[in-house]
Amino acid sequence: MTNFHDLDPVEARIAARGVSVYYGDKRAIDNVSIDISDEYVTAFIGPSGCGKSTFLRALNRMNDTILGARVEGEIKLDGEDIYKSGMDVVQLRARVGMVFQKPNPFPKSIYENVAYGPRIHGLSTSKAELDEIVERSLKRAGLWEEVKDRLTESGTALSGGQQQRLCIARAIAVEPEVILMDEPCSALDPIATAKIEELIAELRGRYAIVIVTHSMQQAARVSQRTAFFHLGKMVEYGKTSEIFTNPREERTKDYITGRYG
Amino acid sequence: MSPAIPILLALALGLIGWLAARGRAWALRKQVRAAGKDLHSLPNYHGWYVALWILVPALLFAVVWAATSPGLVLAHVLADPAAAKLPAFGFERDAILSEARALASGSTDAVFNQSARALVEPFREGMQRYALIGTLVTVLLGLSGGIFAFLRLRPDFTARTRVERAVMAGLLLASLAAIFTTAGIVGSLVFETFRFFQFVSPLDFLLGTHWGPDSMAAPTHGVENSYGALPLFWGTAFIGAIIAMLVAIPLGLMSAIFLTQYATPTVRRWMKPLLEILAGVPTVVYGYFAALTVAPLIRDLGHAIGVTSASSESVLAAGVVMGIMIIPFVSSMADDSIAAVPQAMRDGSLAMGATKSETIRRVLLPAALPGIVAGIMLAVSRAIGETMIVVMAAGATARITANPFESMTTVTYQIVAMLTGEGSFDHPATLSAFALGMVLFLVTLTLNFIALSVVKRFREAYD
Ligand SMILES: Nc1ncnc2c1ncn2[C@@H]1O[C@H](COP(=O)(O)OP(=O)(O)OP(=O)(O)O)[C@@H](O)[C@H]1O
Ligand SMILES: [Mg+2]
Repeated sequence: MTNFHDLDPVEARIAARGVSVYYGDKRAIDNVSIDISDEYVTAFIGPSGCGKSTFLRALNRMNDTILGARVEGEIKLDGEDIYKSGMDVVQLRARVGMVFQKPNPFPKSIYENVAYGPRIHGLSTSKAELDEIVERSLKRAGLWEEVKDRLTESGTALSGGQQQRLCIARAIAVEPEVILMDEPCSALDPIATAKIEELIAELRGRYAIVIVTHSMQQAARVSQRTAFFHLGKMVEYGKTSEIFTNPREERTKDYITGRYG
Repeated sequence: MSPAIPILLALALGLIGWLAARGRAWALRKQVRAAGKDLHSLPNYHGWYVALWILVPALLFAVVWAATSPGLVLAHVLADPAAAKLPAFGFERDAILSEARALASGSTDAVFNQSARALVEPFREGMQRYALIGTLVTVLLGLSGGIFAFLRLRPDFTARTRVERAVMAGLLLASLAAIFTTAGIVGSLVFETFRFFQFVSPLDFLLGTHWGPDSMAAPTHGVENSYGALPLFWGTAFIGAIIAMLVAIPLGLMSAIFLTQYATPTVRRWMKPLLEILAGVPTVVYGYFAALTVAPLIRDLGHAIGVTSASSESVLAAGVVMGIMIIPFVSSMADDSIAAVPQAMRDGSLAMGATKSETIRRVLLPAALPGIVAGIMLAVSRAIGETMIVVMAAGATARITANPFESMTTVTYQIVAMLTGEGSFDHPATLSAFALGMVLFLVTLTLNFIALSVVKRFREAYD
């Protein structure tokens, strides 16, 4: 059973209850329940293969694209079951954005990368409006100053850290409510990592943010809530400060002190 | 005596040599193993070493002999007094000689020219003598090679290295053969093209609009204005690069998209090979499909919509069928390059809330574009070089028109027409085939070259 710490009651953006995810017959996530709020950055930690990405992808139904993947239980976004029949996945993914482990800008210009979401969702009616969305998103992602003079250059020509911030700009251009980040810094150097972490701190409060990370320090620096996963189960969930200083479960303690594979 | 006999003898010798050498190596191995050592090479390699030393000289000689001995036989016959009555040269002399040869070798016994009979005996004699010499030399060469090799066998003899070297040399020769043949073909093409341009100026040829070579006319008569190949280039481009592509690009692309993005693995496993079968259908089959099925349909369609000039051989029929033929070229290149777009790119788009078709249209196709374009270029170069379909369905009329219901001719069609006529190789009509071939060769070479370098650059981008 998951060990929930006493938490201040907050309004949950995403409420997951009894969620299990299967790949064919294999259960990758077993009966996980968690609330995710706007006010905090939530970190998912745990050893490799424990199901962090799987659970994260369940939150915006990216598992739908994998043949044989199946989700049980209930996940509500603002009270609405996202797996109910008739749910518009396109709408859902516009509300729950995602940033991947490896920066994956499209082979288009920087401008077009950011304008991609607004275009497909019809968020702007004029070129001026689109320009403004692109500028605002790039500013929020902390990339504007570096690229404002070369918006027509290819997004793939940027450095890895810039590419990742471009992907974040791309995700926030459609004004999502939640941003899911799956190890967003694992392909970046420490300086680029620091920039992304700064960015996460700034975006906090505006969007609900979930970040998967393998770095204990990163989880401690950027998040206010931490969930520890192990073998498909969520073992412990609580305030980041408590999880790191005073974990209740032996397994959590072993993992964060590095006594774990 | 049959010319196969020396070859069979050499093969038999080779087999004996192989067995003997292997046996010898086994024996050697027993000896050295008793002393706690081992052979450098396995016994089989010793066998092959000796066999190669027997076969290579013997067979080489047999081949050379097969090519030279008929000349020697002929010389023998002509030295005979009976040959003095032969006409000095010309057609009759050749006929008599070949009849005498046929009689002597027993492949016939009736003759048309009685004077051949007198030459049979010298022929038979010459043939027997040289066949005997050839066989003896072959066997001797094989034997001496084999003995030389056999005597070199020792426990530490490096038979493996030597056999490997021989294998490599053989492979090298094989690949050089292909290269030299190609170079020879290109060389003769260049040479004949050059001869053609001594009759007709390259400008008249490339830019002239009247094509009407007459292989019966004097080679210098009216050549300035009957070798304008522009109508042929237009016909070729109209059929191969326009109409065929209008068919092949949409169908090929759509099937590639369906196969990579929508089809379940089972469907894909069945449909992809089925589609690729299209590429294996002989072009002559497409040709009669075009001529017998599609062309009449199109002619009737043309008449129905009021195109009175619609003919039973039409650009449209040839182009449409050619388009179908090259669908696999377009679709398999497109398939490969769409599949090569990283999954991360697709996920990125889907996670933005893009639908499947938006993702395909806005991300996958643009990213795969270089590969798709390369596929199209390869397909075009295949289409404009295609001959059978246009010979059967496009027609022989050289004209420049944009009406797809009319018949039109192409470069490949005219090459066939010029070379299958009665014309001599000194006449510009015949030589024009080489100039046309040269143009075709240069165009397809360029297309292939560009396509391959595009593909190469594209592959590097994602690796
Ligand atoms: N597409 C898939 N098909 C089948 N099994 C999968 C698939 N993706 C993941 N799994 C399995 O599900 C389990 C959880 O994988 P997941 O990727 O969620 O782990 P993770 O915690 O994100 O690991 P990491 O830290 O290495 O990224 C693993 O055992 C994995 O083998
Ligand atoms: Mg993961």
